[in-house]
Amino acid sequence: MAKQMPDLEDYKYGFRDEHKAIFQSGKGLTPEVVRTISEIKGEPEWMLEFRLKALEQFNKMPMPKWGGNMDDLDFDDIQYYVRPSEKQGKTWEEVPTEIKETFDKLGIPEAEQKFLAGVSAQYESEVVYHSMQEDLEKQGVIFTDTDTALREYPEIFRQYFGTIIPPADNKFAALNSAVWSGGSFIYVPKGVKCEIPLQAYFRINSENMGQFERTLIVADEDSFVHYVEGCTAPIYSTNSLHSAVVEILVLKNARCRYTTIQNWAPNIYNLVTKRAVAEENATMEWVDGNIGSKLTMKYPAVVLKGRGAKGMVLSIAVAGKGQHQDAGAKMTHLAPDTTSTIVSKSISKHGGKVTYRGLASFGRNSEGSKANIKCDTLILDNQSTSDTIPYNEIMNDNITLEHEATVSKVSEDQLFYLMSRGMTEAEATQMIVMGFIEPFTKELPMEYAVEMNRLIKFEMEGSIG
Amino acid sequence: MATHFKIDGLKAAIEGKEILKGINLEIKGGEVHAIMGPNGTGKSTLASALMGHPKYEVTEGHVELDGEALLEMGVDERARAGLFLAMQYPSEITGVTNSDFLRSAINARREEGKEISLIKFIRLMEGKMKELEMNTEFMHRYLNEGFSGGEKKRNEILQMMMLDPKIVVLDEIDSGLDIDALRIVSNGVNAMRSEDRGFLIITHYQRLLNYIKPDFVHVMMQGRIVKSGGPELAERLENEGYDWVKEELGIVDETVGQV
Repeated sequence: MAKQMPDLEDYKYGFRDEHKAIFQSGKGLTPEVVRTISEIKGEPEWMLEFRLKALEQFNKMPMPKWGGNMDDLDFDDIQYYVRPSEKQGKTWEEVPTEIKETFDKLGIPEAEQKFLAGVSAQYESEVVYHSMQEDLEKQGVIFTDTDTALREYPEIFRQYFGTIIPPADNKFAALNSAVWSGGSFIYVPKGVKCEIPLQAYFRINSENMGQFERTLIVADEDSFVHYVEGCTAPIYSTNSLHSAVVEILVLKNARCRYTTIQNWAPNIYNLVTKRAVAEENATMEWVDGNIGSKLTMKYPAVVLKGRGAKGMVLSIAVAGKGQHQDAGAKMTHLAPDTTSTIVSKSISKHGGKVTYRGLASFGRNSEGSKANIKCDTLILDNQSTSDTIPYNEIMNDNITLEHEATVSKVSEDQLFYLMSRGMTEAEATQMIVMGFIEPFTKELPMEYAVEMNRLIKFEMEGSIG
Repeated sequence: MATHFKIDGLKAAIEGKEILKGINLEIKGGEVHAIMGPNGTGKSTLASALMGHPKYEVTEGHVELDGEALLEMGVDERARAGLFLAMQYPSEITGVTNSDFLRSAINARREEGKEISLIKFIRLMEGKMKELEMNTEFMHRYLNEGFSGGEKKRNEILQMMMLDPKIVVLDEIDSGLDIDALRIVSNGVNAMRSEDRGFLIITHYQRLLNYIKPDFVHVMMQGRIVKSGGPELAERLENEGYDWVKEELGIVDETVGQV
């Protein structure tokens, strides 16, 4: 990478390609658009009905009155479905050239060869490339795009789809349910441990595009899976919308880790619903990195349904100029002896705004459960702000809830100390910031940690004026 | 060129209050100077002002390191020019390992593409840690976080040894050290004595000077150097305290209102 000082708030994935889609729904959302999407995909009747009902639900529900400012989000100015190619590639050669070049620039094929067990690449509304290592396939692991799963695994699909996040859950879940397309479907059979991560990469290329992927993961008893997703988009002067729904079921004694590194362009509304249900002694871990976007509203949730279930959310959010990260976590303790951990690290700079919004809920049967919440914010200048909004609901006396929140600035003494050893102010600031998010980066697979560090360095360059 | 460090009429203030009232001092490569004095006489202010701590405002004076105007430089430039300050209260930086920090500090002195190799760096760091009787576990600990007072001081000396500066200012490096640690730290400093390196040791105990023999001893009071001499001056201060100096110079209150 050429070592030149990028402009403030520079975004390195802002390039676009000239690929022509083979079908576009046009702007606006009507029952006809929903019918068309369902027809093109050749879906069964029940799915069309599910979508149409969800659309009604979406139209009925008011916009949320909390969270970020969505005044500029115009649902009539968005394309809800863009089909980039006729069929999905099993090799990169089968992927249309411009699209393949885009993923090349993002380093996906290279990463696949080096350290991934399976890769799914979604471009606009559809997954354009998909592959998985054979040995996982032999063990019965299903890793496919969600549309294919609906066709090829109808029973297991229908059993779980929409059960963890029903369309009426919130306005954006309803929207996703009406127009969903793409996303990943993963089923890990009993006792199978996927040691190497599976990855999906989501790319928006068009202007005024809405991406509504839908992901469903079922980790059967005693299994393990680590799923990683990354997201980018070009920079346009108008806004795009990314509104995903991710549903995860972690059965008895299973463990699922879901790692996200979202690095959206600063014109994307990123409004995502993520929820997992953890059964007896199951573990669900969300590792969630939010860099970029105009507004992110995302609160990965774990419903701790079985005795001894564990939930973890480890997140970082970085907000720069004109950006608002309204992020957090929700932990719902429904069974005895469940434990949850939330570690939230936020950084605001150049007038950016970070909000931690979290819920710790203890039901009547949550005897002996524990929640530990730690929110740390680092503010890099006087124009930037942060808020911490924790909600607690406690219906059982015999629980433990610990909450710790800190807000700090990069201290004069720390900067002086590092600079007195020869580092420039920018290098010193960067080092302090990297140290601040280290609890997050150390949880990432090594290759991602390197990329994450590079992203943060890139974000921090030009932070010193 | 032999190292040459010259402080000329240095005045500095904190929050508008003048603390240093004109310091003159010259240090040549190979020399060890000690500045002694009771608390609150401006010794640590001198150290911080030389390094360029933003809290201290230099109001007058000139400092030269090998012909370059030090006070015109930023903190990082002073460091790269060869000034090193072992601090009395080193900052703690969470999430940054000692080794990552030191490697960045070394590379800050090198051109892009000429960074120290990882293997070479680790060998160097392990070697120096051994000299200071530090457990190599400290390579992977977060910078100064949870270090005891003595461990922090050793870590400062470790940095000095690895950064190979021209002028070393030791600000009360002996405070909080037990006798063993004092010996180890002093050995580290003595091992670094050389013809092209000068030292300025700030202390209010003569004890340290039993281990690191100074060539020159200065007494600081009221923000000025009020008396200078050889090693015998330190011994007299140890035996008789500071009262005779005050009496000789007619000083009633030696402090400058700073604790």
